[in-house]
Amino acid sequence: MTETPAIELRGVCRDFRRPRTSLREAPPVVRAVQDVSLSVGRGERFGVVGESGSGKSTLLRLICGLDRPTSGEILVEGRSIGDQPARRLRWLRRRLQLVFQDPMSSLDPRMRVRDIIAEPLVSQGIGGDHGARVTELLGQVGLDPEAARRYPHQFSGGQRQRISVARALAPDPDILVMDEPVSALDVSVRAQVLNLVDEIVDGLDLTLVFVSHDLSVVRHVCDRVAVMRAGEVVETGETERLFSEPGHDYTASLVAAIPDLHAALAGRSAQDLARGVGPAS
Amino acid sequence: MSEVQGAAADAVTDSGQAPAGGSPGRRLNPSLLVGGAIVAVVVGLALLSYVWTPYAPMRVLPVEPYQTPNAEHWLGTDRLRRDVLTQILVGARTTLFVGFVAVGVAALVGVPLGILAAMSPGWLGQLVMRGNDVLLAFPALLLAIMFAALYGGSTRVAMIAIGIATIPAFARITRSGALGVMRTEYVVAARSAGRSPLGIAVRHVVPNVAGLVIVQASVSFAIAILAEAALAYLGLGTPTGQASWGRMLYEAQTTLRSAPHLALIPGAAIALSVLGFNLFGDGLRDWLDPRLEDR
Amino acid sequence: MSRAGDRTVLAVEGLDVGTGHTPLLHDVSFAIARGERVGLIGESGSGKSLTALAVMGLLGEGLHARGDVRLSGRTPATRNLLEVGEREMARLRGDAVSMVFQEPMTALNPTMRVGAQVAEVMRIHGTRDTAGARARAVELLDQVGLPDPAHLARSYPHELSGGQRQRVVLAIALANDPALLICDEPTTALDVTVQATVLDLVVRGVQEREAAMLFITHDLAVVATVCERVLVMYGGRIVEAGPVGEVFADPRHRYTQGLIGASDLTGEQGRRGRGALPTIPGTVPPAGRFPDGCVFRSRCAHATDECGTPPGWTPRGGADGRGSAPDEAEEQAGSAPGEAGRAAGYACFHPAGDAA
Repeated sequence: MTETPAIELRGVCRDFRRPRTSLREAPPVVRAVQDVSLSVGRGERFGVVGESGSGKSTLLRLICGLDRPTSGEILVEGRSIGDQPARRLRWLRRRLQLVFQDPMSSLDPRMRVRDIIAEPLVSQGIGGDHGARVTELLGQVGLDPEAARRYPHQFSGGQRQRISVARALAPDPDILVMDEPVSALDVSVRAQVLNLVDEIVDGLDLTLVFVSHDLSVVRHVCDRVAVMRAGEVVETGETERLFSEPGHDYTASLVAAIPDLHAALAGRSAQDLARGVGPAS
Repeated sequence: MSEVQGAAADAVTDSGQAPAGGSPGRRLNPSLLVGGAIVAVVVGLALLSYVWTPYAPMRVLPVEPYQTPNAEHWLGTDRLRRDVLTQILVGARTTLFVGFVAVGVAALVGVPLGILAAMSPGWLGQLVMRGNDVLLAFPALLLAIMFAALYGGSTRVAMIAIGIATIPAFARITRSGALGVMRTEYVVAARSAGRSPLGIAVRHVVPNVAGLVIVQASVSFAIAILAEAALAYLGLGTPTGQASWGRMLYEAQTTLRSAPHLALIPGAAIALSVLGFNLFGDGLRDWLDPRLEDR
Repeated sequence: MSRAGDRTVLAVEGLDVGTGHTPLLHDVSFAIARGERVGLIGESGSGKSLTALAVMGLLGEGLHARGDVRLSGRTPATRNLLEVGEREMARLRGDAVSMVFQEPMTALNPTMRVGAQVAEVMRIHGTRDTAGARARAVELLDQVGLPDPAHLARSYPHELSGGQRQRVVLAIALANDPALLICDEPTTALDVTVQATVLDLVVRGVQEREAAMLFITHDLAVVATVCERVLVMYGGRIVEAGPVGEVFADPRHRYTQGLIGASDLTGEQGRRGRGALPTIPGTVPPAGRFPDGCVFRSRCAHATDECGTPPGWTPRGGADGRGSAPDEAEEQAGSAPGEAGRAAGYACFHPAGDAA
């Protein structure tokens, strides 16, 4: 079975130049992503986990064609996107869609929900009855058709995230990339959105890339996970394997640091948590 | 899924009744109403002057000069025996004309420049803003005086000079607003949806900086009216023989003690319309913001 | 554990907070004893931060508090904190009661060295002279696990990482050995590994001083790790309270039950491929739009007409002998729910676990 992977990264690096601090020395360079190679199969649910500064957000921008790698190659469905100018990436915009963390700032407050959801259709010149499509999409994410003529601020956080998902689904993509989609939500709403993601990814047969700092959420959602630290992928593996027998010390300390209700009730204290992380970071 | 329908039903109850459709902000606020009324009166006076004035504009009448308001001349007469009410009506035209043209020039040039500066990183954006800073170094009046010296004093020169001098204010406020918009995730979302930079500017940046621009416009409008008055007062704007509120103030200076109403009447007209445009601008901004409609 | 009055550090009784027309907190009552760590959980809009601000006397303009809040630290609890003036309250803050906020960057003054900020709180309250405060500041920075504290004391907040900043905030909060430490989501903005160390430091700092702690968070697992007792808040009311082990293992209020089900990603139903997570339908209503009677009934699957009237407080284990053995205080509370009666119980007509 040598099917083309949905997403493939080969030796991808992304450097950022810091502002010059001295006239004589060259400006310092920050390696946000360092030699990352990975492959996401079609229909797979792939997680990217890392703490702040791990480079996961930069990696996500690279995969979405919103930024270009300094070196290396990025293939989406077998086609290279790394070296393409933005206007040659129309096909990518159709195949791959993005859902953001903050459901407030990711929706234009001055646009009605129907215009927000139809935006990918309009900007990509996809024809057909946009109104009917918007109604269909609202139904898919569990919102009333009546929502179409309202503004984002009239919805709660979880509902806004549903609108975000509807917008992403509008051009009928194959790949859904989600950047911390539940981090800003309350627990009761988080469960609703996680269930929706589950339903949609299964129902529409999507490939999912799910970026999060929260290992327990990733564990719930994903089949396979890449753990990032300081721009590098330190470990990739099946989610359950990664949790039960982490192959890298950093993964182990990440797993150990997650507060867990059951473990806490069984007597795990804050001190035990901290001990798992090792010496103060 | 029942919980999902519950969530949708909540959205309806959360914010009271459903929006009526059409205009975004449905509730008219007091600023908008009062400001709009004042603006309407000023515009009405200017329009009225085209079809009716108590006396022919600028005509010297065979009556006593320096009359205080009376039944014959509602606002009195000036030094040259002209009817003050007639001049106020005709002067409203000049004042509005100057305000609209000056603000129009400034906004039409300044807003696109500001958006361009915000959306193009690197040297282009820098260049635009540095050029802007150079322009900002010239006060509106000084620029107008230079223009008047070069092209002669006239209403048209005055308003174009005021307009050019106001460009940086628009460019600056637009740029800072646009930079904020460009950092939001909905712009990234629009990019990943395949929107072109022009599409992003039109669909996302302009509507979201509109509030700032409107407020700036109302402030600039007020400044333009005052600047026109100042120029006329200096004898550099509207020439003699043409009515403008500023011109009237200018001519009243010599008789400030003996006939104060000649200064007070155009002064009050200027102050009232400045207030009106400011209120109108604030009100319009709030009215256009869909987020304020439930308050 | 005896609930003798002299061990009580904070006693809140019948606290109501609201704006002119909108009630935001209703009849909030709880007590925290010396050395006790109590968690306050709930979703955004439940009123948990407001409770902390009311205790600290930091309610914003237009918010009014009624009720009784007593703090016994260095001085006996003779006065209702809601009635003392701002000057007296300012003397208490940072001394007998201190607070750690969610966002460590905004809690620190960006133009002042961190050592000076730690020393300042001791100088303000006259606990130490200038030289003593400076030396103690370095000690405190060392206690919160910051490397090379003498050197670090001379840095500015922006030169530190988020976790380091939160440790500085903690050092400031602990500087005067407060009788009560209030933590409002202190680790929400931090990475998990940093969170683990900061939680450990918070617990240690409180234990060493035998201080009472009120720990506010939306993260149930964090509360279970850090606290002994938990208060569950919804719609500005405490809907359930009790020892962490009992409340989380055997929740009685339907909201608590829903919250636990929805947040449990590692338990039976949480794992990948085990089907949908249990959810609480709908969303938290905006302030002032909670239903009458039981505030949770608009989202509760078990709600009946009865829930239109406010449910009373049922002591845990009082009715059917479940849970902890009722002590004297709780038995009394059955008839008149007093301060001690609120220690463990719930406000629900159809509690989970009854006739399941």
